[in-house]
Amino acid sequence: MGGSTECVKHIELYVNSSATSLQQEASVNAIATLLKNDTLNIETLVREMEMYLTTTDHIIRSRGILLLAEVLAKLTSKPLTDTSIHSLIGFFSERLADWKASRGAIVGCLALLGRKKEVGMVTDSEAKAVALSYLQNLQVQALGQHDRKLSFRLMECILDHYACAIRDLGDVLLYGICEAIDEEKDPDCLVLVFHIIESLAKLYPDPSGPLSKFAQDLFEILGSYFPIHFTHRKGEDDDNKREELSRALLLAFASTPLFEPFSMPLLLEKLSSSLPSAKVESFRYISYCTTQYGSDRMVKYAQALWSSVKEATFISPQSTVSAESELTGGMGFLDNDMMTQAFVLLQEVMQQDIIFTNLVLSDKDINIFVNSLIESTDFGDISLLLRQKLHAAGHILSVCAKSSAASCNKVFESYFPLLMNALGISPAKPSQKSYLDDDCSVFKLNFGALYLCIDFLGACRCLTAFFDNFTLVSDFANQTWCAMLHRFSGPLMKGFISFLGSNIVDSGHNAFVYLCVKGLQTLSTFPESFVPVSKHLYDCSLLMLVSIVTSEINKTFSWTSALKALVEIGLFIDNCPDSGRASSYKSTVVEKIVFLISSGDITSSSSLKLQAAYDIGATRKEFMVRIVQGLDEAIAVHFSAAYELGNLESDKLATELLDTYSNKVLPWFLETGDSEEIPIKFALGIWANIENSRCINPRPPDNNLLGATMTAMKKAVGSCTVEGQEMIINKSYELLLESNCFESMGFQSDNCSSKLKGLQQNHNFGSSTYRYEWLISLFASVVIALRPQACIPNGKMMVQLFISAILNGHVSSAHALSALVNKLPSKITGINSFRSISLEEVLDMIFGSFFRTSSNGSMSGNDGHEIDLSGLKLDTLRIQSAKSNVVIGLAWIGKALLMRGHVKVKDITMTLLGLLMLDGNIGDSNQLQEWTEVCDEEYVPQLMKCAADSFHIIMSDSEECLNRRYHAVIRPLYKQRFFSSVIPILSSLVVKSESSSVRSMLYRAFAHVVSDAPLTAILSEAKKLIPILLDCLAILSMDVLDKDIIYNVLLVVSGLLTDRNGEEAVIGNAPRIINQLIDLTAYSQSMAIRETAIQCLVAMSELPHTRIYPLKTQVLQSISKALDDPKRIIRQEAVRCRSAWASV
Amino acid sequence: MTLGLINANPVVHAKKERHARTDDPHAVDPLDIYEHVRDIRDPEHPYSLEQLSVLSEDSVTVDEKLGRILITFTPTIQHCSMATVIGLCLREKLKDCFPPHFKVDIKVAPGSHADEESVNKQLNDKERVAAALENPNLRQLVEECLYSSEL
Repeated sequence: MGGSTECVKHIELYVNSSATSLQQEASVNAIATLLKNDTLNIETLVREMEMYLTTTDHIIRSRGILLLAEVLAKLTSKPLTDTSIHSLIGFFSERLADWKASRGAIVGCLALLGRKKEVGMVTDSEAKAVALSYLQNLQVQALGQHDRKLSFRLMECILDHYACAIRDLGDVLLYGICEAIDEEKDPDCLVLVFHIIESLAKLYPDPSGPLSKFAQDLFEILGSYFPIHFTHRKGEDDDNKREELSRALLLAFASTPLFEPFSMPLLLEKLSSSLPSAKVESFRYISYCTTQYGSDRMVKYAQALWSSVKEATFISPQSTVSAESELTGGMGFLDNDMMTQAFVLLQEVMQQDIIFTNLVLSDKDINIFVNSLIESTDFGDISLLLRQKLHAAGHILSVCAKSSAASCNKVFESYFPLLMNALGISPAKPSQKSYLDDDCSVFKLNFGALYLCIDFLGACRCLTAFFDNFTLVSDFANQTWCAMLHRFSGPLMKGFISFLGSNIVDSGHNAFVYLCVKGLQTLSTFPESFVPVSKHLYDCSLLMLVSIVTSEINKTFSWTSALKALVEIGLFIDNCPDSGRASSYKSTVVEKIVFLISSGDITSSSSLKLQAAYDIGATRKEFMVRIVQGLDEAIAVHFSAAYELGNLESDKLATELLDTYSNKVLPWFLETGDSEEIPIKFALGIWANIENSRCINPRPPDNNLLGATMTAMKKAVGSCTVEGQEMIINKSYELLLESNCFESMGFQSDNCSSKLKGLQQNHNFGSSTYRYEWLISLFASVVIALRPQACIPNGKMMVQLFISAILNGHVSSAHALSALVNKLPSKITGINSFRSISLEEVLDMIFGSFFRTSSNGSMSGNDGHEIDLSGLKLDTLRIQSAKSNVVIGLAWIGKALLMRGHVKVKDITMTLLGLLMLDGNIGDSNQLQEWTEVCDEEYVPQLMKCAADSFHIIMSDSEECLNRRYHAVIRPLYKQRFFSSVIPILSSLVVKSESSSVRSMLYRAFAHVVSDAPLTAILSEAKKLIPILLDCLAILSMDVLDKDIIYNVLLVVSGLLTDRNGEEAVIGNAPRIINQLIDLTAYSQSMAIRETAIQCLVAMSELPHTRIYPLKTQVLQSISKALDDPKRIIRQEAVRCRSAWASV
Repeated sequence: MTLGLINANPVVHAKKERHARTDDPHAVDPLDIYEHVRDIRDPEHPYSLEQLSVLSEDSVTVDEKLGRILITFTPTIQHCSMATVIGLCLREKLKDCFPPHFKVDIKVAPGSHADEESVNKQLNDKERVAAALENPNLRQLVEECLYSSEL
């Protein structure tokens, strides 16, 4: 009972004329919830509402009915009893007559008719009653737009769901619908109208049924909308809406063949319209209607259709020369919309009836054109129009040939002998086996004939590919075209090959080269069951193409087209696995290419050759594996030549090979999946190379090769599974052990050994030092890319090794160590513990040795090793740089910890901050004092700077390590977390610090943190940050070297200025911001900074007038200086800024 | 006091294509200046000066060393009383877009105007220009031409 009182309240609220639409919606929802919960049942509701449903006040009545209807619309999934449905639908269908309250009735009917069977639906007779009431009572065109839309939806719903129930209404229904839809103009309603007509056509498919009487009337209404064209454009959505309407109208047009007598004349008439869009639409409509109306109805329009297609494509072709035209020998054309649609139409009608083919073949214009073209032999004097026509004619004829075997016969009969004759090619005699004979002469250079011939071949290929699945070879053989093709394909192919092989090929013959290559490609890609060429010729053509690719690199045009053709042929083989061809492709093409790259002779234009190798390999996995084998061999050869002998050529080549490997081959295998073998083999191969070449050429390292090897190694290891990675790391670890790397790197010795020291600074380059550098760098690359699950051998030794390398300034070791710190498990479990090492242990080792070593290093600077370095500042320098190396190392470790969300990152941050403030007297921890003591006064600033820059390392993304590709552990929002924990500390330190140098370093660190932090985080703190940001800019702009940092900070500022949420904070600091920006508009070192500063000023001019008006003069004055800027872009920005501020 | 249009049926030409310039050097050149003035609206018609062929790329010369800019424009008809307004617009626009050390000379093309000499004199007389811009009606007209969004 509680339900009913509550519902009365909601009903009253809804019916009340002062209720807003939101309140009404709330009441409807509330009542619907009551009903769904069964707190209220529908009969009670109706009884409660009785007064509102029957009152004579039509406003209240209409609201009442609408409320009931809307509640019902919410209950589509709630089961209702048949009785309630029966009485409700009776009520609503009767109410359709009540024009003052019709909306409620329509919504109610719609809600009830849309119900599913499981929850109780309206019976057929009830639906029919609704339809009748609709037809008798509803004056659709007299209603408002929304009501019309609803009533069309109702009709659509009846037609879609209750078609059987209303079928016998016949004329009444059709008449009623005609009346309802006549003169509809609203686009939304029209979509429904078109759909209603489509459904009507489905309802009465019988050609002599009731629809036949009304077809003309209906089409008269429908036809007036064609073509859909908006005269008043309203917004961006127009295009979508137009598309939607046009599609709906198209479906309505084609819905029944009964429309054909009316629609075809209309469409044909529109084809001669001057409006291009109308023509395009007409072609589109006719193509679709053709498929629906059936060929017997269309035959009578054949002549008219052909002449309009001919007009659009051949007589006045509107194709434009495409951008790739150069690549296709000047015959690349882009058809405009009209031509495309015309060709689609042609294709449709061709497939309907052969009469169209006859029309095309008997067409005089085309005949004369082709004949005259064949007679003229020189391609040079063919005008653009002629080429466009040739393109169109070729397309038309190949559409004919493609449409069916019968029309293909006809096309071949009428044209093919002519073309062959023009080319001077005679059919192969049965006695003469199709071998490439020496006396085979080059065919006559006849461009038109050759072009058409290639088009025909393409068409045949399509036809065979289409029939290949369900036709026997014998069926083909009986066809005329097939027989002709068999007779001529051999000589044709020979002609192509000997043309390409002849030395007359020069740049003037690009078009012929293109066509010949394309011809070879087409003839080589016929399906296996239908082979027009012998295996021998197939091999010959592959040989020809591959010889172009291998030997004619300087002829760019032939080279690219031949490579493209080879790739296409390769792809085709891959699509239809047929062993014979695959093996000959492999033995001719792939082997040649492999030979090309593995032979020593790839020095010239190696990048093109590698490109060719990759492209051909990418066609099929089997080929790629073979190519990779070749690559591996080539890498091995050149790598050792470069590594051992210091051969500069080989060095360059090896770098290039490695780049190909890491940029193309490895990603390809990753994409195709499963092949883990390849990267493992590659990585092990590199290690084997290093192992085999015991000595390294003592030459200042050209780090290109090392860098390329490292990248390739990282990518290779990164794409392996855990097992593969373990294999690689074990192998490399063994090698490291063998080479005594650990001892020489000072492992387990308290002092740095002399070798360790020498790694970077020693000027007496010893070959072993390089070898160690190589070994450690590659080992670091392996470690960087390891997955977190991978086990590592002897972690302790490894960490120790990396630590000592870091102290010597080896950055990759810092990357590797940080990768370890990022991925190691924090606790050791299980039996693997004897091999692994836990995070805590590593951290202890790191912290211990970093601080100890640096103090020890200082000791060694005071005693001992003066023998090597006496009298030089070098030793102190080295120690100092060891300190900055430690700082860099710490930064990487900090980043690794931060990314995995470890608490220790805080310690590292504090240490870095402490170092950063060495100059001030805040550093009170013992450790730090130790550091300061041993530092030269002059060196302190450098160390501070290094500490400040380490914040950049922590915050920025790195390509080298600690990213997703190398399986880093990345907690979400880590940057944000670091930002919000460090910024308060930094800002309080800034306030406290007295020394200006410390402050400037704090600002520097601050700038790094802010510029890499996400903007949303900054926005939330904008108010506090803006003053610091401005100080930051002021201080940084004193040093020219800091321009990149300034630029990054400026970008942050501009982000704040352009975001809505930052506005309040910006308004508060407007004068200061503007002053700072004005200073930066005169920053002479960087144009980007000046430009951004001016853009920021433009953004500032949008702020509230009262805040910025006082600054107007100042800005205008300073901007007038920017008008005189040496750079044009700045001047233009300044003009924009000036006009923005002048109007303030 | 509507007197009807002075040139009721001007010949309208197509706008020239414009492209962002990336080439060095960055010295101020005629094209630079032309970019700024081509879109000034004609005082009479909703077309730009470029469309009406009042200005073309050749009508601007510049000497950066001496800091001089010379613009020679061609009124659409011989006795166009709008010539002075167009001149004023050009002067205002250049004042906004170029630093003050440039001396701007604005002239009508020789033989293109019935009263060539006096128009030239009027346009290059500082005081008369200043006085003209103090006239609220003229000022409004000039601003409409410069900041019009009708184009």
